[in-house]
Amino acid sequence: MIHDRYQLAFKLYPYERSADQDAETPVRHPVVIMGGGPIGVATALDLGLQGIPVVVLDDHEGIGMGSRAICFAKRCLEIADRYGCGQPMLDKGVVWNLGKVFHDDRKVFEFNLLPEQGHKFPAFINLQQPYFERFLVERVREAQAAGAPIELRGKNRVDSVITHDDHVTLEITTPDGPYTIEADWLIGCDGASSPLRGMMGLDFEGRVFEDSFLIADIKMMNDDFPTERWFWFEPYFKSGASTLLHKQPDGVWRVDFQIGWDVDRKKELQEENVRARLDAMLGDVEYEIVWTSIYTFQCRRMKQFRHGRVLFAGDAAHQVSPFGARGANSGMQDVDNLGWKLGLVIEGRAPESLLDSYNAERVHGADENILNSTRSTDFITPKSKVSHMFRNAVLDLAEQYEFARPLVNSGRLSVPCVYDGGPLNGPDALRGGPTRTRVGSPCPDAPLGEGFLLDHLGGAFTLLTIDAEAPDALEESGVPITRLALSASDDASGGLAERYLGMATSGVYLVRPDQHVAARWDSFDETATRAALRRAIGLE
Amino acid sequence: MAELTLTPNLDRPDDFYAALIATHDGLSDDESAALNARLILILANQIGDTEVLAAALQTAAKAPEEVTA
Ligand SMILES: Cc1cc2nc3c(=O)[nH]c(=O)nc-3n(C[C@H](O)[C@H](O)[C@H](O)COP(=O)(O)OP(=O)(O)OC[C@H]3O[C@@H](n4cnc5c(N)ncnc54)[C@H](O)[C@@H]3O)c2cc1C
Repeated sequence: MIHDRYQLAFKLYPYERSADQDAETPVRHPVVIMGGGPIGVATALDLGLQGIPVVVLDDHEGIGMGSRAICFAKRCLEIADRYGCGQPMLDKGVVWNLGKVFHDDRKVFEFNLLPEQGHKFPAFINLQQPYFERFLVERVREAQAAGAPIELRGKNRVDSVITHDDHVTLEITTPDGPYTIEADWLIGCDGASSPLRGMMGLDFEGRVFEDSFLIADIKMMNDDFPTERWFWFEPYFKSGASTLLHKQPDGVWRVDFQIGWDVDRKKELQEENVRARLDAMLGDVEYEIVWTSIYTFQCRRMKQFRHGRVLFAGDAAHQVSPFGARGANSGMQDVDNLGWKLGLVIEGRAPESLLDSYNAERVHGADENILNSTRSTDFITPKSKVSHMFRNAVLDLAEQYEFARPLVNSGRLSVPCVYDGGPLNGPDALRGGPTRTRVGSPCPDAPLGEGFLLDHLGGAFTLLTIDAEAPDALEESGVPITRLALSASDDASGGLAERYLGMATSGVYLVRPDQHVAARWDSFDETATRAALRRAIGLE
Repeated sequence: MAELTLTPNLDRPDDFYAALIATHDGLSDDESAALNARLILILANQIGDTEVLAAALQTAAKAPEEVTA
């Protein structure tokens, strides 16, 4: 039998019997994705929109209820937008820029994310994870209607896998009993406790943090708290060793109390105990409790994200603390990185070894996230007397002296990963070019006509020329490159020139399907462009 | 004459802070205190300037509240 392990917020892919269950011999699929969380569904979208048939297997019939991710970063939204579902997220989400940090009953300082002008998406939105996932699934439905070969199979639990050199065999349990399918490629998006990792006997090592956090999502009856991120170290109201207050859509607020390691979960989750903490914090305010849970976390990753025909993405491959909002945000960057590479490999236009660059680039990303989230955690929950003393010294000084503020770490919020030194990087030969658009970076957005630059990049290789000549189209090793011909004067605000030219007067960028810069020069050179493309698809 | 710098000046604040805390890993409280003392003396020598050091001492002494550790 197959039982739900959690309650559903939205039932979006009810179990339906598939023809595969009646097949005489196991049906072979090009790609099977294990796990229909945000990362699995986004991967299905990426591949399906390329026309690659993909089957998603999830042991539930929809999206889990409850509070996990709330902060979604610009890069994550840009990726979702490339798949066609960034706008509904933005429309539903709460945009915020201001953060305040308190120690005890004093304000230590405040920060403003100071969003740069000329981007389609803000630095962050707050959005309950179930909504984020629902917008992805709704986009899948739309893509399916337009012919994208995506299948979502609910109540299909993967129970075992056998890996072969050129495919994987999966045993699946459904309400109608078991069946078997085969996959040329299997992508493990089955979350932090990944059963797939277990089935394959793979490692997942890192640090356990000995602290628990109590989440209470509440609806305030009179909603006059500002849309800001408030973080307390050792709050005077003593409801936790640290406390976070942050607004979500639908008038809901996330409150997150650090409550220590040795806690009686059942007792802590009793409504009167949760209310006692909330009342101490909020004083005389009326509210309704929407959700409560207790979480603990680890910071760890798999040694390798690729194991032959099996690739891991999202929490299955790496897990971080929530401080810094780097979980789903980095999982989406995995998808962005993997999708086009697997597409080219399946279509026979790139060697399988291109997928090793997925491993290299995203392991680099995971390490960056683990480092940052570990440091935030160490600052928020100091584990020795001396570390606690330094932490409080920083907070005391930061109240008066600007110099100490960069040391205050209540979470280093997710920023996009730059693949510095990545195996696919070509020449960085734009003299005077800005550092932020160096080879390996994701292209920053800029205003363009009525829309934005990123609307025109991604999904395929693009040759972005700014005040430079180049052919309109080029093909190398069967992979097309399309030119996007721009002039610095196309953006009167100057953002395009500032972000892509710097001191240079012209620029030519080879941009990958995931909108990362593969190479750049000050003028077009056909031999160099072809060589850079070959390198970017793993041929050199 | 040099002045005490109270605006951000560390190249990589997070790297420095992590290294500072890591240097104390596994030390007893007394050993940590001794390490801090050595560190202050090393940094003071690096600064050199008597007036800057005097200003630093004063600034540290009038920190907002008692350090609660
Ligand atoms: C308290 C908290 C706050 C967070 N805040 C943020 C934030 O602000 N920003 C952010 O970016 N991230 C945040 N995260 C992290 C974020 O929630 C995760 O990174 C994200 O859910 C990972 O998605 P995933 O698809 O990889 O895995 P999951 O969401 O865990 O999905 C895995 C899926 O696989 C399915 N599955 C498991 N086993 C099987 C099987 N045998 N067969 C078939 N299906 C299976 C599961 O049912 C599930 O649907 C937070 C996490 C927590 C706990």
